[in-house]
Amino acid sequence: MQKYSVFSLVKNAFTNHENWEVAWKDPEPKKEYDVIIVGGGGHGLATAYYLAKEHGITNVAILEKGWIGGGNVGRNTTILRSNYMFDSNAHFYEFGMKLWETLSQELNYNVMYSPRGIINLAHSDAQMNAYARRGNSMRLNGIDAILLGRDDLKKIIPFADFSETCRFPIHGGLMQPRGGTARHDAVAWGYARQADSMGVDIIQNCEVTGFDVNNGKIEGVQTSRGNIKTKKVGLCVAGSTTLLADMLNMRLPIEAHVLQACVSEPVKPLLHNVVTFGAGHFYCSQSDKGEMVMGGDLDGYNSYAQRGNMPMIQHVLTGGLAVFPNFSRLKMLRTWGGIMDMSMDGSPIIDKTHIEGVYLNCGWCYGGFKATPSSGFVFAHTIAQDQVHELNSDFNLERFHTGKIIDEKGVGPKPWIG
Amino acid sequence: MLEIKCPYCGKRSQNEFSYGGDATIKRPQLGEEISTEDWDNFVYYRDNPRGKHSELWHHVSGCRQWFKVSRDTATHEIFDTCKMNEDFNV
Repeated sequence: MQKYSVFSLVKNAFTNHENWEVAWKDPEPKKEYDVIIVGGGGHGLATAYYLAKEHGITNVAILEKGWIGGGNVGRNTTILRSNYMFDSNAHFYEFGMKLWETLSQELNYNVMYSPRGIINLAHSDAQMNAYARRGNSMRLNGIDAILLGRDDLKKIIPFADFSETCRFPIHGGLMQPRGGTARHDAVAWGYARQADSMGVDIIQNCEVTGFDVNNGKIEGVQTSRGNIKTKKVGLCVAGSTTLLADMLNMRLPIEAHVLQACVSEPVKPLLHNVVTFGAGHFYCSQSDKGEMVMGGDLDGYNSYAQRGNMPMIQHVLTGGLAVFPNFSRLKMLRTWGGIMDMSMDGSPIIDKTHIEGVYLNCGWCYGGFKATPSSGFVFAHTIAQDQVHELNSDFNLERFHTGKIIDEKGVGPKPWIG
Repeated sequence: MLEIKCPYCGKRSQNEFSYGGDATIKRPQLGEEISTEDWDNFVYYRDNPRGKHSELWHHVSGCRQWFKVSRDTATHEIFDTCKMNEDFNV
């Protein structure tokens, strides 16, 4: 594989950039693979990469119905963080943060990791206490956290509404300085290029239409490009999880919902961090191109449509204007939606299933992007070793029967309630 | 914008309603012995089809009645609505 560097850039400049190697091949599916990953998104590509790199399993195919990176990894708002209070989440996401920090070097692909800090705004003394507690929990787990006061925030986001009579006056906030953003497409492409170079077949325009299961064991998958034999299948299909689980007669604690995001026209640098205004169902960061990248809550009813509805956009931006009134003059560039695999406790499921050789990676709710490296890492371990990794042992399916659920947000099994 | 026909008030915009999820879930009978599995299924497991979905909506900013909606989760087309004690015609 051609290494990307300043030297290769200069060298290729002499030939008008017409002789770059393709980043990944376009192979025909083979008759049989050791492992098949369904879903060529961030998690599927990362899983294949770590299967090859950490476990030496390279006879792997990624089957993608559309094109790689066309689902949620290309539709999210690119935020990275590990500001969780519960140990299971904190350990898992902090492991991921450490992978993010060196990911560009590891993949030889600039994922533009930008530790610009993520700030959650607080609007009451009680919320400040809750954030102090969460920050302390984070620090006990080795995660960086700073409690910011009102005056600190006036220096960081001076253009926010700091009036004392507004509905949600800013009392302070909790900041994770190492949190930030990354270039989402580059993450998919970087993992794809490295996985391909180690022998993984990335097969696009290949829809899985069924599974061959015999005596409780997986034997192969049926696809729009023919039947393929395998002994292990990993599902990384986010919002489409239930559709595949139905083919396996698996009922899951998952609902599909559409989540929207939007960007404004690009403007000069203004917002230097990621800011979440939870009380107003709004969060925002400024992309490197200068666009304000904004998001909020689910549209609020089951949906498999990768597009949303105007009432929620209006609701989110109303909240946004309450905290950043100067955004009112910004023109909207575009809005889009993606299908979230909402689990019933808001936490992911990375586990084996009742079918031998079928592994499940789903339930990412609002937060799949930041988990891309850690999810791929532990899912590859789960598939390769046929047992869960320490870091995903709590993200099991069994918890919906044992009662050991991980409901960080505390909303219960009603995912549409933000 | 969804236009939802409340069986009591007629067509209203989506803004007046809130969502209540899968309408096919039945709470286990009170006072009867139920298995843990049945209880877990009631709390955490529900239908999640791509296509026709029976769901509950609440006319929260109107008559405050709960009712049932039959809607396509991929196209958002609404086939029918009915009262809680009725069945869909379509």
